[in-house]
Amino acid sequence: MSEDVVLETRDLEKRFGGVRAIAGVSFKLRRGELRCLIGPNGAGKSTFFKMLTAQLRPTAGQILFEGADITKLHAHQIGRLGIGIKNQVPDVYDGLTVHENLWLAASAEAKPTAARAKVDEVMARLELGPLAERLVGELAHGQRQWVEFGMVTAREPKIILLDEPTAGMSVEETNRTAQLILEANKSATIVVVEHDMQFIRQIARYVTVFHQGAILAEDTMANIQANQTVKDVYLGKSGSA
Amino acid sequence: MALRVLGLTAPSKKPQPWWWGVVALLALFVFTIPLYLDVAELYSISNFLVLAILALSMSFLWGYGGMLSFGQTAFFGLGGYTYAVLALNTGETTSALLIAVLLPMIFAAILGYFMIYGRISDIYFSVITLVVTLILEKGIRATSGDQYVIGSVRLNGQNGIPTTPSLQLPWDAKAQLDIADVFYVAAGLLFVTYIGLRLLLLTRFGRILVSIKENERRSELLGYDTRRYKWLAFVIAGGIAGLAGAMWGIWGNFVGPNMFNLNQAAQVVIWVIVGGKSTLIGPIGGTVAVQYLTDWLGTQGVGQVSLILGIILMVMVLLFQQGLLPSAGIIAAFAKDRLGLTRRGRAS
Repeated sequence: MSEDVVLETRDLEKRFGGVRAIAGVSFKLRRGELRCLIGPNGAGKSTFFKMLTAQLRPTAGQILFEGADITKLHAHQIGRLGIGIKNQVPDVYDGLTVHENLWLAASAEAKPTAARAKVDEVMARLELGPLAERLVGELAHGQRQWVEFGMVTAREPKIILLDEPTAGMSVEETNRTAQLILEANKSATIVVVEHDMQFIRQIARYVTVFHQGAILAEDTMANIQANQTVKDVYLGKSGSA
Repeated sequence: MALRVLGLTAPSKKPQPWWWGVVALLALFVFTIPLYLDVAELYSISNFLVLAILALSMSFLWGYGGMLSFGQTAFFGLGGYTYAVLALNTGETTSALLIAVLLPMIFAAILGYFMIYGRISDIYFSVITLVVTLILEKGIRATSGDQYVIGSVRLNGQNGIPTTPSLQLPWDAKAQLDIADVFYVAAGLLFVTYIGLRLLLLTRFGRILVSIKENERRSELLGYDTRRYKWLAFVIAGGIAGLAGAMWGIWGNFVGPNMFNLNQAAQVVIWVIVGGKSTLIGPIGGTVAVQYLTDWLGTQGVGQVSLILGIILMVMVLLFQQGLLPSAGIIAAFAKDRLGLTRRGRAS
């Protein structure tokens, strides 16, 4: 595999008081990858994502995007560089319509006419057309997740971070989400945090396992499934189904 | 959403044609008031209109920018004093009025920079703005000595500046506006401010501002520097409050430290809460209603006007949390639902 690293962390660390939520993570992401992050609850996956998008400041270590140090940038600057994130809890504008949500996302980058076209395109792709004038707060959980996914992709980011994109979704919705992610992967590098092993098998090529704030293993899905240490800390307990 | 029943669309939507009709009718109504009311009544209504401009500044900032500035009176008072001092010094009122809008904007820009770019939390934002207006009040009260003079104008401390001149025609300094003229100017400025803000909310700036109120973190993650938008909104609101202050000085030929005080600051919040901050028109109605009631209670010899206003505020906060206009919308939606008028398949 080529070494076109788009995102890298060096000895990234986050302490909350005396607790090291992230204990020195060195992580490399190659352009065009679809990476899955797995690990038990409290392994630090969400904290890791929040540091990548400047929602949390690292205690130590470095984050590099296309070779440039972005450790000290603000959240909006990270957004402008082209790193989009869907947080674990749906992070949408509940009081605004679906159309307005997508417009706000598209307008962050594009000129007015391009933004409008982008909104139409995203709505068609996500089949949100009939919901355009509904308030996002009125929608079902799965639909809100898609609105947020649509918002993140409307921004045309280079890297998309998805924190549990299928949480609370039905089986059909999960399958559809997997397709959407694979489709988005054609133009963007994607990192997905998920618990649903079924789903990860559907999309993952390369998997990073977090455990107690550090990277425990990093390999292809098949090798990870065969890895005894990983089985012990994680798969053995909740993922064997 | 309840507001849809009343046809009050989301701020990002273009107002429907009938909205312009309603605004035009309202304007027609307001502008014909001088034909059938006497000067004394006109004088008190002008006061309501001027204060409604102040209410709009807060309503815009709080209802659409999500920032509760408890001290919009800081800019109100600053606008009033700027106008009085400049008009008396130069003998010219048009530029004094303009600068009375600009100076509060500059002050808001400096104050807002430290608060908003310093990322203080909402509660501290409210506390600091309140403290600022109280400091200004104290400062002005302490200027009673002869040494507190700007140009040729004494600030007079407690007593304020009772010689604040009325507005002149820009091209004729001798033509001072009388009470009816001031009424027209106040009404005109109120309409311009209202329509201006309504249209501002349609722009990219307005829509992003509303998104920040909805979910600031999301706006940041999308790449918007939310601080810039909030800061601009704060500056705009400061200018509007300054305009209201200058107009208040013109209306009463007086500016005084009470423009900054706690009572005045709290009243602005009350107007907006009573009218409902989710619309712009609501707080205008709230201001007129509360001020009319205040005046009326004053003439009835009740004695405890503040007590009654306090009770009204409590009732509003406890029973009609959204304010009068949105509450009317909720009731209308309920009635419509009960009567089976809601069309099938359409969320009301």
